[in-house]
Amino acid sequence: MRGLQILVDGFAISTLYALGAIGFSLIFGVSGVLNLAHGGIMVAAAVAAWYIAGPLGAGQYVGALAGVGCGIIAAFATYGLVVRPIQRSRAIPRDETEIFVLTATLLWGIMIQEAIAYFFTDSPITVRPLINGVVDIFGVRTPANEILTAAICWVSIGLLWLLVNRTRAGKTLLAASINPRGLTLLGFELSSVYLLVWAIYGVLAAIAGVLLAMFLGTSSNNIGVLTASAFSIVVLGGLGSVSGSLIAAYIIGYLETVTAYLISPTLRTIPSLLLLVLVVYLRPQGLFGRR
Amino acid sequence: MIMPGQILRQEETMKKTASARQMALGAVGACALALPAFGAAQAADPIRIGVIAENSAISGIAITNGAMLAADEINAAGGINGRKVEIVDYDDHNSATDAVRAFQRAVNQDHVVAVIGSYMSEVALALEPWAARLHTPYITPGAASNEITRHVKDDYAHNKYTFHGYLTSTAIADANCDFSHDFLVEKLGMKTTVMLSEDAAWTKPLDEESKRCLPKAGLAILDSVRVSPDTTDFTPIFNKIEGQRPDVITTGISHVGVQPTVQWHSEQVPVPMSGISSQATTTSFWRDTNGATEGVIAQVVATPDVAITPKTIPYATAYFKRFGVTPAYTGYTTDDDVHIIAEAVGRAGSNDADKIVAEMEKTDYVGTIGRIAFYGQDSEFPHGLKYGADFVSGLMIQWQDGKQITVWPARIANGTLKFPSFIKLPTQHASAQ
Repeated sequence: MRGLQILVDGFAISTLYALGAIGFSLIFGVSGVLNLAHGGIMVAAAVAAWYIAGPLGAGQYVGALAGVGCGIIAAFATYGLVVRPIQRSRAIPRDETEIFVLTATLLWGIMIQEAIAYFFTDSPITVRPLINGVVDIFGVRTPANEILTAAICWVSIGLLWLLVNRTRAGKTLLAASINPRGLTLLGFELSSVYLLVWAIYGVLAAIAGVLLAMFLGTSSNNIGVLTASAFSIVVLGGLGSVSGSLIAAYIIGYLETVTAYLISPTLRTIPSLLLLVLVVYLRPQGLFGRR
Repeated sequence: MIMPGQILRQEETMKKTASARQMALGAVGACALALPAFGAAQAADPIRIGVIAENSAISGIAITNGAMLAADEINAAGGINGRKVEIVDYDDHNSATDAVRAFQRAVNQDHVVAVIGSYMSEVALALEPWAARLHTPYITPGAASNEITRHVKDDYAHNKYTFHGYLTSTAIADANCDFSHDFLVEKLGMKTTVMLSEDAAWTKPLDEESKRCLPKAGLAILDSVRVSPDTTDFTPIFNKIEGQRPDVITTGISHVGVQPTVQWHSEQVPVPMSGISSQATTTSFWRDTNGATEGVIAQVVATPDVAITPKTIPYATAYFKRFGVTPAYTGYTTDDDVHIIAEAVGRAGSNDADKIVAEMEKTDYVGTIGRIAFYGQDSEFPHGLKYGADFVSGLMIQWQDGKQITVWPARIANGTLKFPSFIKLPTQHASAQ
């Protein structure tokens, strides 16, 4: 009974972690950008979904879609206003671009956090679930929305897989992550590849943000934690490896759930952090890293 | 403040040597000598009160808003002995360091006569020693920890500047036990409970007192669960509690609120939640949880539509008119605190901290949350709010269809308990077995 409960609860959490981290990993793989405003984009999407669905009275479906839309806008704003100007700046030495992007996205994330706290307060909110009610899975009372959440996540991941492996644009993306220089030599415009990857990233991060806020609630105070959790999943899985992130998300999700159920909910994140330290120490390229 | 004696000494040394440094000192002394001339104008000087709160939190901004509203009300009525009340507000970003810096600035630069600050016990406890060091009356409108008044008791001479303008954790637990006895045990036949509290300074004395008074009220405690304030997934916790089959979950939560409530609702945990849930006291909680709070019972000091005193409803109405939301609990207490300080300054007839403290101790003021008086130096909780039916006792509300219905105490109740369909009450347990 308890084992089954862990299986069900852990699956939903892990799937959400995976969706949040995949976009983060993809963008690093393709453009070498570590986007530390990641949590900010997720929470911005969630708060928009909550505000449009609840206080503005548009209902949960419109709210969720509008929230995802706002997340995409936030992702493009991050790229257009913060990342691209730094990448193009002549004043910043080439080999220092990455550290500038890192710092700038971190600050941008803090700006998003402060703005949300200012306009919507930092008290936690929850996005209205898409469907209500509970489903009995072999005696485990599971909210129907939790099942829908896992389904949406897997459909999104599946679509991403199709996009990357079965379409021309996706293959360009893959090529860019393997050898960007080779791609430019073949006459491809890297900037359009970047735009595509930021668009994909925006969709994934926004969906993850909105769904997570239905499940656990959200607040501007969660932004740092969300960025950190995506970061540790990506490091564990291997920087730039999308399938690595996917597996790492399940490892961390289940490790946390097992700890919460069998040891104590207060110690939830400790074993996964220990694992992260261990991996960085023994296998710094991550479990499935290429370099 | 430079005392007249010091100034004289400085002027004497100035006669002996005339180095540049002493010239400067003398200039300061001369300026200070000129001060009493301004003293005559003091009657018209504003009474400046510092307000330190976290502006991005619901309970924090209500402190700032409540203070502004109270000041405007006093000023519209002509002020205190002709002196206007002026609020100087600071955002502490929920950081004790920021709050302490704000306190120092309020006293040293902005020359406030008293400070109202923070609903967080951790922050209030950081400000308490500064109230002592800077000899400035300080009152917290929302922190609950017993430590606040314990410091006053342990070292009255130093810490007498601090007042506790909200119920202590012990009083809060007592009120909840009284309600549990009157309602849950007597009317609903409940016999067992599991306590669910967040790990924070204010819940330690709360749990201690609850463990003493809940069994007396008729609820046997099956377990006491303490959770980290940054817990996000409460499923394992509810799972464990449900397995123990209590009749009710007695909550002690403040920093967490939305997550446990939403998960309690979405997972249809069949045990009612009752007790202290600070976020559930704000009227925006329905919106924040999308109605998941239906059936949750929470303790509050006041609600917008129950006339605890003749001042409660007019105040809540004025607050809503100006800020578009109903006040959080700290909005009510802050309104009372501004009046208490302003009237004490009026009675003291000066800005002298010790005189103001002496007058604040004599407070007997009918505010928005009840009749307010402070316990004396020899009591268990010196400078704490007097708890009881004749003073401040708080009330219990239950969320029903988007409204907070007052269910206890009986003399002001406007409804009775009603639970969502997934809740199983003890009588239903019996019939199901």
